[in-house]
Amino acid sequence: MSTVSPTALSKHRMKRFHISWGDLFALATFTLLAISLGMGLLYAPTELIQGEPQRIFYVHLPMAIASYIAFLLVAGCGAIYLWKRNPAYDVVARSAAELGFFFLTLVIISGGLWGQATWGTFWQWEPRLTFTFVLWLIFVAYIMLRHASQDRHQAARFGAILGIIGFADVPLIFASVYIWRGIHPEPATMPQEMFITFLLATLAFISLFAYLLVLRVRWDKTRERIDELRTILEEQT
Amino acid sequence: MGSQTNLAPRSTKTAYLRQLGALLWKDLLIELRSRDAVAAMMVFGVLTLTVFNFAFELRTDSVSLVAPGVLWVAILFAGTLGLGRTFSHERERGSMEGLLLCPADHGTIFVAKFIANLTFIGAAEVVILPIYNSFFDVPVLRPEVVGVIILATIGFAAVGTIFGAMAVNTRAKEVMLPVLLLPIVTPLIIGAVRATGILIDGEPLSEAWTWIKLLIAVDVVYLIVSFLMFEFALEDWG
Repeated sequence: MSTVSPTALSKHRMKRFHISWGDLFALATFTLLAISLGMGLLYAPTELIQGEPQRIFYVHLPMAIASYIAFLLVAGCGAIYLWKRNPAYDVVARSAAELGFFFLTLVIISGGLWGQATWGTFWQWEPRLTFTFVLWLIFVAYIMLRHASQDRHQAARFGAILGIIGFADVPLIFASVYIWRGIHPEPATMPQEMFITFLLATLAFISLFAYLLVLRVRWDKTRERIDELRTILEEQT
Repeated sequence: MGSQTNLAPRSTKTAYLRQLGALLWKDLLIELRSRDAVAAMMVFGVLTLTVFNFAFELRTDSVSLVAPGVLWVAILFAGTLGLGRTFSHERERGSMEGLLLCPADHGTIFVAKFIANLTFIGAAEVVILPIYNSFFDVPVLRPEVVGVIILATIGFAAVGTIFGAMAVNTRAKEVMLPVLLLPIVTPLIIGAVRATGILIDGEPLSEAWTWIKLLIAVDVVYLIVSFLMFEFALEDWG
């Protein structure tokens, strides 16, 4: 029978007030998010043609970039998993997929709201939208495939295969939707204020993604530990 | 000395072709005897065409506007139905373990399964195309259109083979296959529909060349990736 010593208890109490690197990272992320959102609303100039709704851009594209990074992680960590068979890579791939799905859903919703304001319609089968939507469908397929898998190893393996095939498919999807609808000219220059705001917002959303990814991976590890402890407990009783 | 020549080691190329032939013949023979997959694909494809005939006749003046889409929805849906079969009968009969024990590597098994799937979908298309031709009065039985259909079917069968092998081992079984397959084959659907549409309209082959190039790129990428990943998809049986 083990008892908790008073010193261990006080150490535990001390630990509660300890600020970890994770907390600092979270603080930096949320400060950056707040600043970039403030800049998007107040500092960046109003776009001449689209007006105020264009400000959605400062959350829309940064989130899209974060979800593309997620896709890259799903394929990259999947490939390393197939090679090394280290479950840690699979945890990162799985977590990135869930976050990518979450971000991409917000990208589609924010894009729809932007479209509603400027095009007068929530959805258009326009190349960028089509491309993003197909990526979203691949994330959905990835999550469904993992849920339908027989066990953890199969889920990891199948997830990696789909991630890699999906990644190899990305240039083809991109090419096909662009030739399909014709290449839309992009505004070549952006005023400096807009560009700085966009850059900061991108940094903020990437660090939000990274922070959530760390939390998600940690959560997964905790859950695994709980499962282990539960099995030990069941064996003892 | 005749017996000795039989025992002499064959070249690896001949051995490979013999293995491939044996594996392929097995699948074709099973299908010839049971007629499970191809019959279901043919009937399903024709049913899809019939449903579209009812659905569009009331609303569109020009059939040629929707015709390429109708054809490809029929082929893709019928194909998806059939792709699940080649692995599900291996699973039902527990014959995959035997297949993995035979002295052929996984790459050979992939190529055999891929050619089998290609043949089955092709057989279904042989029935679907003439019926489509007469139902919608669209001239598809021309070499260039058939060429586009063959190109698109190759890519479709390649990813279909690996996803078929995966889907049959999940809890959702056949339901999983379209969920995996359809988003991935987006470039193939776009390329095939556009190329077929241009050729049906009687435009020269050069007009459809961009799409044909896309289909070739899709085929190459799908074949390479599916071939490389197939080994990992088979581990459940290993």
